[in-house]
Amino acid sequence: MSLQQFISEAISPWMKKDGPNSDIVLSSRVRLARNIQHVPFPVIASSDDLAALTDKIGSEYGGAGHSRFGTIEFLTMDPMKQNEKRVLVEKHLISPALSDESKSGAVLLSEDESLSIMVNEEDHIRIQCLLAGFQLTEALRLANEVDDWMEDKLDFAFDEKRGYLTSCPTNVGTGLRASVMMHLPALVITRQMNRILPAINQLGLVVRGIYGEGSEAQGNLFQISNQITLGKSEEDIVQDLQSVVLQLIQQERAARKSLIEQSKLQMEDRVYRSYGILANSRVMESKEAAKRLSDLRLGIDLGLITDVDSKILNELMILTQPGFLQQYAGEILSPDQRDQRRAKLIRDRLKLEEEQIDH
Amino acid sequence: MLCQECKERQATLHFTKIINGEKTEFHFCDVCAKEQDGHMPGAKTFSMHQLLSGLLDFEQQMPSSHGGGIRKTREGLVCPGCRMTYEQFAKIGRFGCSECYQAFQSKLDPIFKRIHSGNVVHGGKVPKRIGQDLHLHKEIENLKQELQALIANEEFEQAAELRDRIRSLEKTLKEKREG
Repeated sequence: MSLQQFISEAISPWMKKDGPNSDIVLSSRVRLARNIQHVPFPVIASSDDLAALTDKIGSEYGGAGHSRFGTIEFLTMDPMKQNEKRVLVEKHLISPALSDESKSGAVLLSEDESLSIMVNEEDHIRIQCLLAGFQLTEALRLANEVDDWMEDKLDFAFDEKRGYLTSCPTNVGTGLRASVMMHLPALVITRQMNRILPAINQLGLVVRGIYGEGSEAQGNLFQISNQITLGKSEEDIVQDLQSVVLQLIQQERAARKSLIEQSKLQMEDRVYRSYGILANSRVMESKEAAKRLSDLRLGIDLGLITDVDSKILNELMILTQPGFLQQYAGEILSPDQRDQRRAKLIRDRLKLEEEQIDH
Repeated sequence: MLCQECKERQATLHFTKIINGEKTEFHFCDVCAKEQDGHMPGAKTFSMHQLLSGLLDFEQQMPSSHGGGIRKTREGLVCPGCRMTYEQFAKIGRFGCSECYQAFQSKLDPIFKRIHSGNVVHGGKVPKRIGQDLHLHKEIENLKQELQALIANEEFEQAAELRDRIRSLEKTLKEKREG
């Protein structure tokens, strides 16, 4: 398969679209946790209960047509190969827990992969809507729509006082987790991030690295999400997150502006160095790739590099992960081999850019 | 970068540990990383649920105010729905089924307060279909209580009226279910 073809098939269709503020906010996500009445939660449910639920949801919604999302594909985890599941994790369509620990786990996916519904993860159902750029309200609207669509036929566990009942007490109430993935290189370079992070935490929001809980921020990518799910309405939760994100966008823009005004040469040096390394390396660890790609993307956003598409960061952050490298290679790779493949994939991808410009 | 353990192979796993603000960086190759399980994040050594379980167990860890360090004994709450005990819930940090919320009701407010910035009551969406039923259910339940009171007071005429209202509400509920 050609690289171009591989990329176009590997990248989720929703990612190819442009979203508002997509120079800073890579993606917006809304997740709703739901459980079915009178069925024990996956943590202690019997295999039979969970298998029955998967069957029920698969037959009810698998292949069903949804007015907005089109045909919904139903995939069960058990028959899937380890690497196939890993690829879905790397695309953020399923969680590592669903891939590795679930009993009778399954996922419903829309064609454009902006909707994924996990079955038998920590909760019976987790509806997730992913959109490009800064579109939290839209993501919430879509998730609500899907929630209503499912509620029509399923009896969700709901209590007037506590709201939607979830397995983990941190999700009870709305069951809502709204998050954005932000690229904040200028705030990191100007050392403002260390000052901002504690303030964000005080507002009841959580900041994580790209790979979720406990992970370090790689490539200056930060995932910011709400912590509180009980007591506030869905709209308020999203609004609160949104206002903080808007401020971060402004601060990042201001930091970028001052970087270019005060240290243009150093910035040029930094981004072109990284560009050179990406274009010429033969061995590339994932951590370095993340760092260099962040620089390259910053260079593009600052207008210093003009011959590379800005989506390259979003694209290569996903494609250079182990699962995708293995899928492209068609075999399981050792970490050494992965570092070589990663370097080659990045070089080839940058060459595609040159070719496109030549034509 | 070479692995800090064997100093032979390329380091492929990098992580930073921050304990009380003190930062330590680790770089291991994949062979040595496997032997370092204890130090690795995500290697089943640390999870949100463990953190949470500390929170849920709060009550037990506090020495009782007048018992001189003697631990409070729990009154052995068990969920009738899934047979989960409060102790199990506190240990794994997750409810076993929706009925657990009722069964552990007396203990939940302080927990929710801590997790959700003082909030204990839902303030968001109500499911369209079940939501309507909930109001009906509640009304029926209230009327049934009234009915019992009327019967106890031997006010049978009023009781009969009430009984008819309950029947009609139950009929509405049934019709709704059958759609």
